[in-house]
Amino acid sequence: MEEQLEQLNFDFHKEQAKIVEGADEQLQIKLGEFAGPLDLLLFLIKQEQANIFDIPIARITDEYLNYIRLMKTLDIAVAADFLVMAATLIEIKSRMLLPRDPSEEELEIEDPRQELVDRLLEYEKFKSAAQMLYERTTVEQAVFTRGKQESDENNAEVDASVFDLLTVFQKIMLRRAEEIQLEIEREEISLSDMIASLKKRIFDVKELSLLKFFEEMHSKHELVIAFIAVLEIVRTESVKLVQNKTFGDIILRKI
Amino acid sequence: MPAQSAVRRYRNQNISLRSTGGHKTRPYKIMDLATEQKQARSIGEIVSVIEALIFVADEPLSVKTIADVIEEDRETVGAAIEQLKQEYDERESGLQLREIAGGWQISTRTEFHEEIRKFLKTRPNAKLSLASLETLAVIAYKQPATVPEILEIRGVQSASAIKTLLDRRLIVAKGRKETVGRPMQYGTSKDFLIQFGLKDLSELPSIEDFEDLVS
Repeated sequence: MEEQLEQLNFDFHKEQAKIVEGADEQLQIKLGEFAGPLDLLLFLIKQEQANIFDIPIARITDEYLNYIRLMKTLDIAVAADFLVMAATLIEIKSRMLLPRDPSEEELEIEDPRQELVDRLLEYEKFKSAAQMLYERTTVEQAVFTRGKQESDENNAEVDASVFDLLTVFQKIMLRRAEEIQLEIEREEISLSDMIASLKKRIFDVKELSLLKFFEEMHSKHELVIAFIAVLEIVRTESVKLVQNKTFGDIILRKI
Repeated sequence: MPAQSAVRRYRNQNISLRSTGGHKTRPYKIMDLATEQKQARSIGEIVSVIEALIFVADEPLSVKTIADVIEEDRETVGAAIEQLKQEYDERESGLQLREIAGGWQISTRTEFHEEIRKFLKTRPNAKLSLASLETLAVIAYKQPATVPEILEIRGVQSASAIKTLLDRRLIVAKGRKETVGRPMQYGTSKDFLIQFGLKDLSELPSIEDFEDLVS
């Protein structure tokens, strides 16, 4: 509650950055935010209590550059826009230092600061407008409306019918089925394993129907392995193939 | 149509009932109801139905929408809203009727925000940064405004501010400007009016008014 109140009392001006002279005579900075180079420049002009229409350009430029250096020593990334402004300031400063060309018409000499002053004035209007918006939101945050009524259309959490759920469920099941198929393939038996298991079985049961044995296989690949295993076992072990009648079942029999 | 035939049936019953000297009052009342639908509502009734509509609406309700729903002309609706607003103000209600974003909305009064927050256990939304507020101000006054135009005034890149404002639906893209680079143009949204409690954009103070503050 305490914190909430404080937030509501948040002051547009207090939140802004300040440069304060520290006790050890080093510049210290109260970190806040300058919304941009124009914001910083306005701040420096105000701090110097200078007239915006007659900016002491040399002094302000120095202050501005000091600030940029400070940002660098504090490892704050200096946005390119701040550097552009620094260059602009230096350019204005040097133009003001140059002696005027005596051959030029005296009347039409524009103050090199004019463009900057115009931009500052324009910017300050929008800064005030931003403050007005800020004050409006602060007031508006204290106003509550009844809010949206929950309905099927606007409630994202249950914005699904039974059929949507069913569709999703079916998709999951399908994906699962595919996964199971993949697993079987991965579990496929090697030829040596097949021979070993077949051998054990024959030695246990003495007699085994080939038809039955092949029917136990799940894939073509397994069938091939099983067939090779049978041939192999007949060749190497004391096992023979017996067929009682033409086209009848073939039986593996241990001798 | 079914309602009408029902009424006719009742009327017939009425006649037959009357002829037998049966219940007089009830059939009469039904007849009155049937004719009443075509009669004009009293202003008090209009005020009440409008209040009910504004209460259930999710968003500010325009006079046109209300007029269409209750089948009255806009002048009548406008007058009724004024009366309703006055009623709220006069009895110092905890609610107020406000004109927001081209419509009417019932909301709480600012005085009670502490109690309401305590009850709802909510905190105010995260505040917009200085950069976002400035960018929003430029867009609000210069709309449709492009990124280069915003840069020109603010003297700093505003890309992240624009993203924040788009995420918060305070601004919307308004097509591209037919100029070099075809930059995207931005303008304020209806949500902007709602969140800043504005009737329409003309309610914003003129940008020239800020000039006096500056000098």
